[in-house]
Amino acid sequence: MTEAPGTSPGPAASAAAIAADVRSGRRSASAVTEQSLAAIAAGDGEVNAFALVTADSARRRAEEIDARVAAGADPGPLAGVPVALKDNLCTRGVPTTCCSRILDGWCPPYDATVVERLAAAGAVVVGKSNMDEFAMGSSTETSAFGPTRNPRDTSRVPGGSSGGSAAAVAAGFTPIALGSDTGGSVRQPAALCGVVGMKPTYGTVSRYGLVAFASSLDQVGPLAATVADAALLFDIIGGHDERDTTSLDRPAPRLASVVDQGVDGMTIGVLAEYLEGADPAVAGRIAQAAEVLAAAGARVEEVSVPEVRLGLSAYYLIAPAEASSNLARYDGVRYGLRVDAEDTVEMNVATRSAGFGAEVKRRIMLGTYALSAGYLDAYYGQALRVRTRIIDGFAVAYERCDALLGPTAPTTAFELGAKLDDPLSMYLSDVCTIPSNLAGHPAISVPFGTGSDGLPVGAQVLAPALAEATMFKVAAVLEAGAPVGGAA
Amino acid sequence: MTPVARITRDEVAHVAGLARLRLTDEELERFTEQLGTVLDHAADVASLDLAGVPRTAHAMAVTNVLRPDEPRPSLDREEVLRSAPAVESNRFRVPRILGDAP
Repeated sequence: MTEAPGTSPGPAASAAAIAADVRSGRRSASAVTEQSLAAIAAGDGEVNAFALVTADSARRRAEEIDARVAAGADPGPLAGVPVALKDNLCTRGVPTTCCSRILDGWCPPYDATVVERLAAAGAVVVGKSNMDEFAMGSSTETSAFGPTRNPRDTSRVPGGSSGGSAAAVAAGFTPIALGSDTGGSVRQPAALCGVVGMKPTYGTVSRYGLVAFASSLDQVGPLAATVADAALLFDIIGGHDERDTTSLDRPAPRLASVVDQGVDGMTIGVLAEYLEGADPAVAGRIAQAAEVLAAAGARVEEVSVPEVRLGLSAYYLIAPAEASSNLARYDGVRYGLRVDAEDTVEMNVATRSAGFGAEVKRRIMLGTYALSAGYLDAYYGQALRVRTRIIDGFAVAYERCDALLGPTAPTTAFELGAKLDDPLSMYLSDVCTIPSNLAGHPAISVPFGTGSDGLPVGAQVLAPALAEATMFKVAAVLEAGAPVGGAA
Repeated sequence: MTPVARITRDEVAHVAGLARLRLTDEELERFTEQLGTVLDHAADVASLDLAGVPRTAHAMAVTNVLRPDEPRPSLDREEVLRSAPAVESNRFRVPRILGDAP
């Protein structure tokens, strides 16, 4: 079993170790759950990783699992493992709000596919984690429930939009969590909090029950303290789902067993464009990560994919365009907030104006504008052509390389409030994660030492579509070779 | 492509109307400035010569997704209506939609 990096104050036991203990009866799911709930009770007042803690249902669930173990049954590969779910994953009868006032109190009438699969594997949901409203943000500050704070330094943001899930793992509240990644929303907070976060190939994890933001980019992804746990979680949530028409009809992944196979003989490209805007200490850590891979037997070379420079601009046209369409459903008719008015159109306007926060309004307007008459081809059409160019650019790099390496984010965690009123500056923190979403490719962030401020740096491993096995192998080598403490 | 002119306050107000949002004067002012900054950044995309490059709407596109046409349970009506802001006779209740005849 791979150990977590030495700087991690994460949970004492990995998800795999907890499940092994619970399945064998060495430890009860109830005891594990109580430990998680106690850690949340002690620490979450300050961190605010959770929008909702589901203590009662978690305790009932843990008792069920213990009863099954006592009866000689196997509750599954995540038996008794506490998990945090981003609050945009539908949970039947349990509030799912996307941390927006417009969905305050909404209880979905069904579970997301990934939630069903976690339950079938024996996991115990301890709560819904905080997020930027509708996953629109990079700092978890746009949540209607107030910001999450970074457990490594509570004056800093945890990143976003899955900041609550990343903080829950970093603080040791839960060993694993689920987030969603539309432009980096799993990987960037993982990097800023010093945990592992992965975005799967588009279509490998079902989006059924994931509240839609930008449907051609959204993927559910695992967060964990170790690469092995991230792979285990991916194996459980991945695989075809007929309820999501964009789900790829392929066998479920089985990668947990290949993670430790090393990088000997691989060619890994260090992506030059991702180092251009990076903080020098962050860039220094990536150079060090390249040395770790070379020492493990990989051939490491510099690679240029100039097309990725256009990713940010294309993303901030495509994602808002899709969002403006997806969020049209919040009209005060079927669920969530309604602000009453004389007629239905006036009710729609009053409801949406009161229910959406500033960043969501900005993105809806940006997308509506990019799709509006006169601008459709200049903005949205051009962005879709750029998307093709980015895919082609990566394809050239992958003719020579098995995987690519770069920073996950250009800087370490920034101060709360630093970028909240400067959208472009906030958007730039996703500059190294967005191209993978546009291309549909998998990528993972692995903690790799700290920056000059002592805060975590994430090394990002990118791989071609469906090459998660390669990606996990590279990630595991980086994890094993990550520096412990100290400045670059 | 021809460069696009900077978004105006009137255009932001128009777009807000299309999106069924009502903005305060202060929001209108702030969003005009902020959207202008983001769109300026997007100008590099708008001004590229990409004639002949196909558009990608889905990176992992799949086509003709079918499943057997078998009856299965739908969502529970009571459970769905429980989350609705207003309900009448097992339906979503909304304010009037049509105006008086002219």
